Amino acid sequence: MADPLLKVENLRIEFPTRRGTLVAVDDISLHINKGEVLGVVGESGAGKSLTGASIIGLLEPPGRIAAGQILLDGKRIDNLPYEKMRQIRGREIGAIFQDPLTSLNPLYSVGFQLIETIQTHLPMDKQQARQRAIDLLAEVGIPAPERRIDHYPHQFSGGMRQRVVIALALCANPKLIIADEPTTALDVSIQAQIIALLKRLCRDHGTAVMLVTHDMGVIAETADRVAVMYAGRIAEIGPVKEVIKDGKHPYTHGLMGSIPILGHDTEKLTQIEGAMPRLTDIPTGCAYNPRCPKVFDRCYRDRPDLLDAGTTRAACWLYDDDAKAAAAVTGETAHV
Amino acid sequence: MSEVAEKMSPDPTKIGADAETVLDVQGLKRYFDVSPPFLNRLIERTDKAFLKAVDGIDFRIERGETFSLVGESGCGKSTVARLVVGLYSPTGGSVTFEGQEIGGLSRKELVPVRRRMQMIFQDPYASLNPRWRVEDIIAEPIRFFGLTNNNNETLQRVGELLQLVNLSPKDMEKYPHEFSGGQRQRISIARALASEPDFLVCDEPTSALDVSVQAQILNLMKDLQKRLNLTYLFISHNLAVVYHMSDHIGVMYLGRLAEVAPAKTLFEKPRHPYTKLLLDTIPDLDMTGRERVPVAGEVPNPINPPSGCAFHPRCPFANDRCKAERPEPIKMPDGAAVACHGVEEGRIPEGPISGIASQDI
Ligand SMILES: Nc1ncnc2c1ncn2[C@@H]1O[C@H](COP(=O)(O)OP(=O)(O)OP(=O)(O)O)[C@@H](O)[C@H]1O
Ligand SMILES: Nc1ncnc2c1ncn2[C@@H]1O[C@H](COP(=O)(O)OP(=O)(O)OP(=O)(O)O)[C@@H](O)[C@H]1O
Ligand code: SF4
Ligand code: SF4
Ligand SMILES: [Mg+2]
Ligand SMILES: [Mg+2]
Repeated sequence: MADPLLKVENLRIEFPTRRGTLVAVDDISLHINKGEVLGVVGESGAGKSLTGASIIGLLEPPGRIAAGQILLDGKRIDNLPYEKMRQIRGREIGAIFQDPLTSLNPLYSVGFQLIETIQTHLPMDKQQARQRAIDLLAEVGIPAPERRIDHYPHQFSGGMRQRVVIALALCANPKLIIADEPTTALDVSIQAQIIALLKRLCRDHGTAVMLVTHDMGVIAETADRVAVMYAGRIAEIGPVKEVIKDGKHPYTHGLMGSIPILGHDTEKLTQIEGAMPRLTDIPTGCAYNPRCPKVFDRCYRDRPDLLDAGTTRAACWLYDDDAKAAAAVTGETAHV
Repeated sequence: MSEVAEKMSPDPTKIGADAETVLDVQGLKRYFDVSPPFLNRLIERTDKAFLKAVDGIDFRIERGETFSLVGESGCGKSTVARLVVGLYSPTGGSVTFEGQEIGGLSRKELVPVRRRMQMIFQDPYASLNPRWRVEDIIAEPIRFFGLTNNNNETLQRVGELLQLVNLSPKDMEKYPHEFSGGQRQRISIARALASEPDFLVCDEPTSALDVSVQAQILNLMKDLQKRLNLTYLFISHNLAVVYHMSDHIGVMYLGRLAEVAPAKTLFEKPRHPYTKLLLDTIPDLDMTGRERVPVAGEVPNPINPPSGCAFHPRCPFANDRCKAERPEPIKMPDGAAVACHGVEEGRIPEGPISGIASQDI
């Protein structure tokens, strides 16, 4: 198989603060192949956005990559000078941020911003660039794009702004798209349209997508594989169907169980009790141990790395061969 | 406008007659001037252009209830929310909060209303002052309305509020940029709760949250509602969340209400063709491989909306009457109100439009 388009190896992101160094992302490795969508889900604050930001070189200081490397097409991109990275960003990697306002300048019309971005990366004159901008707006489902193109960001609804940001990311046909909650502000039918658009890009242009979202429905429909993050680490990674339907990590279970389901009348939604630990006091051993219903003594002692758990890989001692063997002796199964 | 208001049934959603109305919205409109600059208009000989973000809607919310608005992006939900809390003044119609009309109130006159009525904004980034520490952000309403006796009490209260939304009192000293998207959303929820309001407008309050935190926040909101008899106007595009939270649901299309119904009725028996289509597009967790059909047809342009029923270019049941005459809401025996000629004439078949049985309700 061909080399993956994106490779992240042992990534560690730190924030030096007055109160000591915070480790927000701790030893994450993942890859994305051409034409593939990797979904990234997980607890709020788990480090999903920071991972995305470090791939496009937009980690804001004092945040810094403290260890590990990031490779695009086999070439390191985590140590490039600013100007070099700026060219890659937009041209080779398109970014859709969680916060549409950081990507849009309130002082310029959306058309101005789209045309400028298009002309930075593609050899087009003003007229061609304007036409491409209108086409892109139409593609992301903005009605009457030839009129809307001259409007300012504040004149758009939340979901429409989000779509303008998506159009901006697609301007130069990038090879890799980092999409951080791209459909969060969108209603289901526009969501379907954006997802269809992302899938079409993957299929027709071999674009690879890292899709960060909380919406499991979107993941189920779009992603090929999913990474589940918890407290700065990957808890589980594997094919989408296996992770959603038959997740192995106890946190994955808790997460899937919290999804409200249409037509189920429950007074109270299932929730995982407790909160994710603060970065300053991550427990020793497995970070999920205070909330885990399956916790056992080893979980307090040693930190699990990703282990083979059948169809997926899970960072959980239940899937350690020793534990499996011990469980077999006592007649229990290690299956969660 | 007055003609619209007359035709509207006065209480499309009200079932129990003795319930206390907290919010009463009548014939509400908000138009935005989106004309090109004066000189361009002169040169290009174009007229002034208005975008009818909200174009005549009525609904009311009883105490202790959750009323939700759903509908496509850009249909006017956030504009309604901003009108209701007095951040926009209406172009027409009225918003009455606990018997007091707030449409024309000045900033000063709004102050006492503000304490009782708070809003959680759709965009947690824009609504938190980046130069303030979390402590000041959450304490501001407490201090402004003088809800505690001294600073210690205030800090204590801020700490409690942070815990309520699953953050830590230690987070007080930080600035918004030190938090993730979902954590910021929770800060704005804590702030909205700080003044102990009894009516909350929640614009996509949990869309930035992962499902487990979302479950915690939604459970918290329901719990508070029950304990304190809170009333919610709730906006979300996640229909499963809306189903879980709501007593009544209003479906908006292009600035108007297509259908208002009790939550269960709406999902079990959607009547308006647009409601049916909306329910058909719910993402599918079962991974049956079903490709979702995006709602067909041109997404309408609110600056130049279609004549008659604004949904007619996309509606499989549209006829000549639909193209010419704008439908007004008609009351149904089970408490729903539907604005559709087809429903009135009894020519909309039951069941999903696409023919695919898509939700397991
Ligand atoms: N500038 C900063 N200073 C200190 N800590 C930070 C800073 N930026 C982010 N963090 C911390 O890093 C962690 C990971 O943040 P990140 O934004 O990656 O989370 P996330 O997984 O994207 O969450 P969400 O789903 O809520 O968006 C959080 O706990 C956050 O508080
Ligand atoms: N300040 C403004 N000036 C001009 N047009 C505006 C303004 N605010 C909103 N609009 C327009 O009004 C319409 C309704 O916007 P609104 O924000 O209410 O939509 P929404 O239903 O909340 O959508 P979303 O689900 O995307 O948040 C949109 O077409 C939007 O472009
Ligand atoms: S390692 Fe232990 S605490 Fe961690 S998820 Fe597995 S069983 Fe639970
Ligand atoms: S009024 Fe006519 S066009 Fe509008 S939804 Fe009903 S049937 Fe369709
Ligand atoms: Mg994030
Ligand atoms: Mg909105």
